[in-house]
Amino acid sequence: LKKKKKKKRETSDEMVAEFSQMLDWSDSALRSFAWHPHTDKFAVALLDDSIRIYKSNSSATPTLKHRCQRSVCALQWKPLCGSALAVACQSCLLIWHVDPTSLSTRPSSGCAQVLSHPGHSPITSIAWSPTGSLLVSASPVDTAMMVWDVAAESAVPLQRVGGGGVTYLSWSPDGSRLLAATPSALFRVWETRMWTCERWPCLKGSCQVRKLRKLSITVFELMYAFIYFFKLTFFSQTSWDPRGERLAVLLKGDSQAVNHPSVIAVFKTRSSPVFELLPCGFVMGEAGAEPRFMQFHPHFQHGALLTVCWSDGRISHVPFYFSSAGLLGGDSPQQALASNTADHSSNKLYTEQIS
Amino acid sequence: MREKMRQYESRMRSTEALKQKLKQLTLDNKELRKQVKVLRAEIGLEASPKFHGKTTKDIINDLHEKERECNSLVVVWRAVASIAWSVLLLPVTAAVFVLLSRFSLFHPIQWISECTSLLTASSTIFSLVVLCGVVLITGLFNLEFYTLVPSIPCSRMALLGTVLHPRQCVHSLVYCTMGMLVMWCASVTIGGRYSTLGIPCRQSESGEVVTCLNEYHLFLLLAGAFMGYSHSFLGVVQNMYYVSFQPIQQYKYPRFKGCLPMVVKCSVIQSLYSARNFAALYFFFGYAPKTWISSTLHLQIDSSLQPLDSLTGLLDFSLLYHLTISGTFLYFTWYLTVLLFRIYVTEAYSFPVQSTFTEDAEQCLPKVLAETNTLVMKFFALQDLALLSQHSLSRRLEVFCLSQPGGHPHNWNAISRECLSLLSELTQRLVAHQDAVASNGRVKSQSASSDTRSASLSSSVMSGTEDIAETPRLGVPLRTPGSVFKSSVGGVHSALTAPFTPDVDSPFSSPAIRRLVGQQEPRSPWFGTVQSPHIMRRGPKLWSASTESQSNGSPPASPVTVPSPPAASEKPSFLAQWLQNRREQVKSFLAKRVLIVYLFNKLPEASSQALFADSQVHIWALQGLSHLVAASFSEDQFGVVQTTLPNILSCLVVLLEAVDRHFKLPHASSKPARAVCRMGDSTYKTLRFALRAALKTAIYKITTTFGEHLNAVNISTEHRKRLQQFLEFKE
Repeated sequence: LKKKKKKKRETSDEMVAEFSQMLDWSDSALRSFAWHPHTDKFAVALLDDSIRIYKSNSSATPTLKHRCQRSVCALQWKPLCGSALAVACQSCLLIWHVDPTSLSTRPSSGCAQVLSHPGHSPITSIAWSPTGSLLVSASPVDTAMMVWDVAAESAVPLQRVGGGGVTYLSWSPDGSRLLAATPSALFRVWETRMWTCERWPCLKGSCQVRKLRKLSITVFELMYAFIYFFKLTFFSQTSWDPRGERLAVLLKGDSQAVNHPSVIAVFKTRSSPVFELLPCGFVMGEAGAEPRFMQFHPHFQHGALLTVCWSDGRISHVPFYFSSAGLLGGDSPQQALASNTADHSSNKLYTEQIS
Repeated sequence: MREKMRQYESRMRSTEALKQKLKQLTLDNKELRKQVKVLRAEIGLEASPKFHGKTTKDIINDLHEKERECNSLVVVWRAVASIAWSVLLLPVTAAVFVLLSRFSLFHPIQWISECTSLLTASSTIFSLVVLCGVVLITGLFNLEFYTLVPSIPCSRMALLGTVLHPRQCVHSLVYCTMGMLVMWCASVTIGGRYSTLGIPCRQSESGEVVTCLNEYHLFLLLAGAFMGYSHSFLGVVQNMYYVSFQPIQQYKYPRFKGCLPMVVKCSVIQSLYSARNFAALYFFFGYAPKTWISSTLHLQIDSSLQPLDSLTGLLDFSLLYHLTISGTFLYFTWYLTVLLFRIYVTEAYSFPVQSTFTEDAEQCLPKVLAETNTLVMKFFALQDLALLSQHSLSRRLEVFCLSQPGGHPHNWNAISRECLSLLSELTQRLVAHQDAVASNGRVKSQSASSDTRSASLSSSVMSGTEDIAETPRLGVPLRTPGSVFKSSVGGVHSALTAPFTPDVDSPFSSPAIRRLVGQQEPRSPWFGTVQSPHIMRRGPKLWSASTESQSNGSPPASPVTVPSPPAASEKPSFLAQWLQNRREQVKSFLAKRVLIVYLFNKLPEASSQALFADSQVHIWALQGLSHLVAASFSEDQFGVVQTTLPNILSCLVVLLEAVDRHFKLPHASSKPARAVCRMGDSTYKTLRFALRAALKTAIYKITTTFGEHLNAVNISTEHRKRLQQFLEFKE
């Protein structure tokens, strides 16, 4: 029986590795990463299933551990809230309430709410609604996605036949739509007023549209056309900065070939009067390090700040300083494209694994 | 000159002609007016002084009145629709039941053909008619018993009182009968050995044929009665009739489809439990109904057959299978009716924000929000407010617009006033509860508590206007029929007792409140049902026992109200001393009895749950307000919201402080255990957490939208400090 359980865990781990946003999730030192949507604070999930929270002007880094917290696949901070962090685990969904004012480094597991639903695991994607009232979770083995009322710990399953499971979720910034990708060549766009959905066919392979700044249909179609036009089926993640001026694309490397590592390509974008996409440059890491995950800081004052998780366990913040074209009106010269400034490359990222 | 003269003359003439014409026209006009008046009176638009009947105008007004009434009948219409659907679905479930009950693995073709012939048989049609009647009655009971605010018994004694309430007794009786009816239909449908109550049998000694009692039939009928009673009982315990609103909106069909597997699962599980319990019950007490029936109906008991109240008789697989299948069918019909009712009733209802016609003004959102007659409409209105504030730009603009003429923001004023009064009412309730707990059961004078309340009111810069203090709280007769604590109907009493309703019996409440409730006591179920002198006699002593025993943290509640003060208190004599001693003895004696402590112990969390029982409206009010205020940042053209922003912010902060303090009380922050598969809705158990989350989100929504502009808002420094915490995301 134990063997069976172990095997089950292994298969679900494989599944998580396949659908996680982090490239090479299974051997990555960093399992997941999330910026807080309003403050300078981020959470990192590590290989040893612990989560660390870093704040900009505080040396205290709380470490979150829970016995249910295994194989963390996704993290997301609750919008319009200072403390709640949703964690997608192998067997359940955890909602940590980390008091931002407390100085304790080990919040007790009593601070975490455990949400689970039979048949709904492993959870590979979670998405808070922009108003912070609902949390949607998805699992590749469950055709239903769960809409959680977190405080009441109740879930409403939303089931649609076809596609087989849901792998990736993303809300539009205004909260009116929700993108749900499936493992097959199909994704759905849910309208969040009456929760009806429309089916969109995908080109080929799994649809991994990372994050669309606006999920309004026009931009969505642009994105669609863009993918189609460039035949960029090998890219795995795209990230748009909150102002819509920089687009980062993580191009997945070829694991067989030596000279084809994963790289991040950065584009300048403009959406008015016509959609423009200009190549801007590449973001490289230290020698031998490949990018695994990237995310733009949600509200960087002076331009855009791209945070990249590297394969050697470092996290670097890459600032792009520019004045917004929208603010000045017309073309503005790009002031500086700072090279990667690997900030805190602390070796203490592992808590117990190394020692 | 002559030319001029002529011109003048002609002008004079034409003027003369015109004058003549005017005179003529005035006369005509007078004539016409008279005619019109006569005509109007004739068709009823105007009342002639002699006329005493109804004019058309009156009739139109009457029609509007009727329309308003019909509007509040919306729940009834929805219930009717849900019942219609459950009746329509009945043949489908019956067909599935027939298929399952006649199931035979080895003769599939015979099985199918038998079933199809059975489905068209006249007996099945008759059974269907009976079942339709059952569904209709179930639907009517749903409509009559449903509640949006659950009744939460604070002790096991209170729960017992609810179960023994006459209304509940009638309910149980009806459900027992319906259970028997359904089981009769089921046994007729299954046929074979179950079909009739009497079967011919041969007596062993004489050999003549007589009618014997068919125990299988009786077994199923009794099982139906048992399941009916357990359904009715669990309905009280699990708050089956509590209707909660879903966090998301869905169309009815997808929602039904999504809930159907849950209902099937629940009815199967419930049926298995009931079958087990009933078999055990029948094993021990089965002979009693059997002998009774056989003696009253003069039916012989066939001694050649194995009696069912024995181990070998009960371990009959086919009997247990049929019992479970019929039980599942029974529960499924009931649960399906409940589910459809819930789906229909909780559908969102859209009110117009304002209307161009004054006749429709009564049905507009601000008016309905302020209305206190029907709780349901208030729920719908607040839900609609929450939805429009999030999803509908055009309706938001209507809220922010000014009246024409006059330029007053009537819509926004009415809506914000109503929401704020709801929230401040909750604050008052919480503060009163905290005061009651803080005084730790010591007798507190009513004046003191009202002082603190008024002090808290004045400090909490509510919304500044007097009318808010006067607006009654949800002064609607709450539909909590089973509630042991009768909620009073508005007025001063309600304002005083409302915060304490769950705690009325606890020693926490002050005597003044006790007295107030005591006036309503004759209406309480205790008056009618529990006539046991045992309990009645014990009551006062128990109460006095409880006042003492609460010091060790277990304050038992007492069902009976005002304890008569000891008569001998006037002279502290030997008698008084003796009485005192006796009382001490009785107290210590009662406190040790496990059963008494078990029954009268306050259930943890119950008072907390009861305080937040109707918090769904507060959550919607918070969502609606916060989203409207946030939207006003860009959409409010006239600056309508700015004037009320300080009030809103301080109201929210005061509520937050009250809620924070409430969660510091014992048991308030403990999470209830999650029920696995139940038809009863337990959302009310977590409403307080939902309210806290909604409150914080609401404040964050406002602070993140306004940002630094909040410094310009005129609020007290204390509140500003708290809001600063929110601006820095430190909450």
